[in-house]
Amino acid sequence: MGRFSKAHSSKTDMSKIVKLKKGFDINMVGKAKQELADFASAQTFAIKPTDFIGLQRPKVLVNEGDTVKAGTPILIDKALDQIIYASPVSGKIVEIKRGDRRKLLEVKILADSTVLYEQFGQVDIASLDRDALAAKLAASGVWPNIIQRPFGIVANPADTPKSIFISGFDTHPLAPDYAFSLQGQERFLQAGIDALAKLTSGKVHLNVDGSKAVPAVFSNLKGAQVNKFSGPHPAGNVGVQIHHLDPINKGEIAWTVSPTGVVQIGKFILEGIYDASKVIAVTGSELTKAAYVKTYSGASVSTFVKGNLNSGHVRVVSGNVLTGEKIALEGFLGFYHNQITVIPEGDYYEFMGWAKPTTRLSYHRALGLLSFLTPNKEFVLDSNGRGEERAFVQTGVFESVTPMDIFPVYLLKAIMAEDFDEIEELGIYEIVEEDLALCEFVDVSKHPVQELVRKGIELIQYS
Amino acid sequence: MKFLRDLLDKQKPLFEKGGKLEKLYYAFEAGETFMFSPNHTTGIKGAQVKDAIDLKRMMITVVIAMIPCLLFGIYNTGHQHFLATGGTAGLWEDFGDKAWIGVMLVLPIVLVAYTAGGIVEAIFAVVRKHPINEGFLVTGMLIPLIVPATTPLWQVALATVFAVVIAKEVFGGTGMNVLNVAMTARAFLYFAYPAQISGDQVWTYLGDKMPVDGFSGATALSVVYNAGVEGTQSAVEALAGHNTVLGSGLYEFANLFIGWIPGSIGETSTLMALIGALILIGTGVASWKIIVSGFAGAYLMGLVMNLLAVNEYMAVPPQYHWVMGGLAFGIVFMATDPVSAAQTETGKWIYGLLIGVLTVIIRVTNPAYPEGIMLAVLFMNVFAPLIDYYVVKANKTRRIQRATV
Repeated sequence: MGRFSKAHSSKTDMSKIVKLKKGFDINMVGKAKQELADFASAQTFAIKPTDFIGLQRPKVLVNEGDTVKAGTPILIDKALDQIIYASPVSGKIVEIKRGDRRKLLEVKILADSTVLYEQFGQVDIASLDRDALAAKLAASGVWPNIIQRPFGIVANPADTPKSIFISGFDTHPLAPDYAFSLQGQERFLQAGIDALAKLTSGKVHLNVDGSKAVPAVFSNLKGAQVNKFSGPHPAGNVGVQIHHLDPINKGEIAWTVSPTGVVQIGKFILEGIYDASKVIAVTGSELTKAAYVKTYSGASVSTFVKGNLNSGHVRVVSGNVLTGEKIALEGFLGFYHNQITVIPEGDYYEFMGWAKPTTRLSYHRALGLLSFLTPNKEFVLDSNGRGEERAFVQTGVFESVTPMDIFPVYLLKAIMAEDFDEIEELGIYEIVEEDLALCEFVDVSKHPVQELVRKGIELIQYS
Repeated sequence: MKFLRDLLDKQKPLFEKGGKLEKLYYAFEAGETFMFSPNHTTGIKGAQVKDAIDLKRMMITVVIAMIPCLLFGIYNTGHQHFLATGGTAGLWEDFGDKAWIGVMLVLPIVLVAYTAGGIVEAIFAVVRKHPINEGFLVTGMLIPLIVPATTPLWQVALATVFAVVIAKEVFGGTGMNVLNVAMTARAFLYFAYPAQISGDQVWTYLGDKMPVDGFSGATALSVVYNAGVEGTQSAVEALAGHNTVLGSGLYEFANLFIGWIPGSIGETSTLMALIGALILIGTGVASWKIIVSGFAGAYLMGLVMNLLAVNEYMAVPPQYHWVMGGLAFGIVFMATDPVSAAQTETGKWIYGLLIGVLTVIIRVTNPAYPEGIMLAVLFMNVFAPLIDYYVVKANKTRRIQRATV
């Protein structure tokens, strides 16, 4: 411990304060009330290989009818087979769902009423070398929480990142407040940070919301450099934070972990189990009760949503409305998601919709867009596409919502043109989808910006 | 509106893939989306909600910003006719007659520009299988505002067709064009039919009436130019003394600013252009950086000219450059065209500044053509990508340097 505490003090001296101006907060109706709701527990859980970007060749290690514990390996990636993708709960494999060309979509598990854990044994970080620690984490189920930048893919345990970044706040629409959802997890956060510190040759950065007091859960952590970021969304995006702290250049690797991921790692270190439990925010304008609920990764959301709707025609989103994924009413929470959002489905026509004055939310102030008059109002947003896709026309808007020294329009055009050199030189290593998600929201020409970003990443990654 | 929707839904299969009129899908789409914003929803992954703006709304905002110029232009066309032909000289006298003459002259030009351009757009949309772009809403209004009210309608049609095809569609449509489409139409007219768009005779509609004795149709720019050549009086004196037969003060600063002067339909009033600028900047549709730096560039270059002055034109007080000719209109509505302007924020400052500077240089030093805004905008349209290239290159260099430090 003595050796560690010395390192702690020198590492925490350098904390940075970054104030960002560019960006846009999307205020929506349906914020989760800070209480744990008594929704019925989810019965089924699923592991979706599609959640793990960069997972190339998933191989299922179980069969329908098998019984598993929390932490039992369900999947591996044949290309990187030391990482296991484990069952979040104990129970029975009820379905292995495949799509076109036998593409693996979901492995569904019917949960036991009490969760049984695979016992991996406690981990003494000090006694292990870096590689041994990485191997233990990779074999435990917690590893997929560690994401590699560039590319935003599951990290390779063989790499040593130059730094590891944790964003301690989420600025997405209706995002969970970690100060509430991580209450009581301080011990695990600390253990997780201790483990991560061993995996990097550089620092562990914990970035907190500079506009508020540091939440209790983060206030006594050691071994991480605590930086303060303030400003509108995307100030909470870890990619934006990396850009301002220690930007990623070609050939460099950094890792990112969400606080819930750090907690899972910490639980594995201290208790020797893969505990996939987390407190998620159940949000959105279409819910009668929006609150937090404790569940496990991959939970079926139906028990949180059914009977809790105040309208019939809804879209359930795993994650937030900027970067999330549409799922069915009985769909499953994505591995990386800490919230679900339920919004109205927007499949309606609107007579002269482009000309009518409207109080709908807009970043713009063009004729008849009135939302700028009520900046603090909470809006109901539906899934309507709001117009047709057109060529890029408006300029300067993307830059004004992207607090990074990057030209999004040039980068996106380079991706469209598949110009590899340009894509690289314009900064593809520094972004993943979520960093330009606001561009997709504000775009007048309605381009699929995030899809393009992933296309650009894949062009470079596999070239 | 239900019956309209039902009607469209009934016809839709005809235009969709496999339907009889499949080829006309984009023409149908244009009409359909004009009446009803579509029922598309966002995709499975990515942004699940979208901003309320769309391109139609953005473009119509620009059209609205031009309406003060259009209305002023219509009335001014009638007013100038009355002034020149010895009718009532009071500004608001014979209001109805003046407005009527203006409407009868200007409205056909607007209709011809929209019709000719719209037909070309539709043909290209069908042949090239791309959607009809809302950008034409703006171009179709800009073209009438930058030609004299006396321009023959066939020339308006020809110029519009030329501009839409050569300046836009050959590059792939709106968003891909290099040159400002409306300015290209203006340049086409200027070089193809100089007699109808330059000189002293084209700016004022006389109809079958005779002008009053001593009437000169010269614009402020040509008065100043002549003052420079003759050198007998200062440019400001020449402006003040011009056309006193119509009552004094036609080319005094205040009147130049308000715009009760001869000129192209929508460009005479600096005041109306500034109202348009307020709308464009307030709504965030046009870049304030281009507008501010454009005016600043013209003023600075005017000052430089003053310092180097060897003739009366060079000695014109710089603020006169703001109110003479089409500078204000050009900077507010043409230079800010987001497609043909510089795209980077730093680039916008440089681009706007150079448009102002070049306009004054062309005005003052080019004997062939007294107005410079048209050529300055087109010239800088061509150079905008180069400016951006260096701004973007600086960004790339920062990234590379960071990696090597």
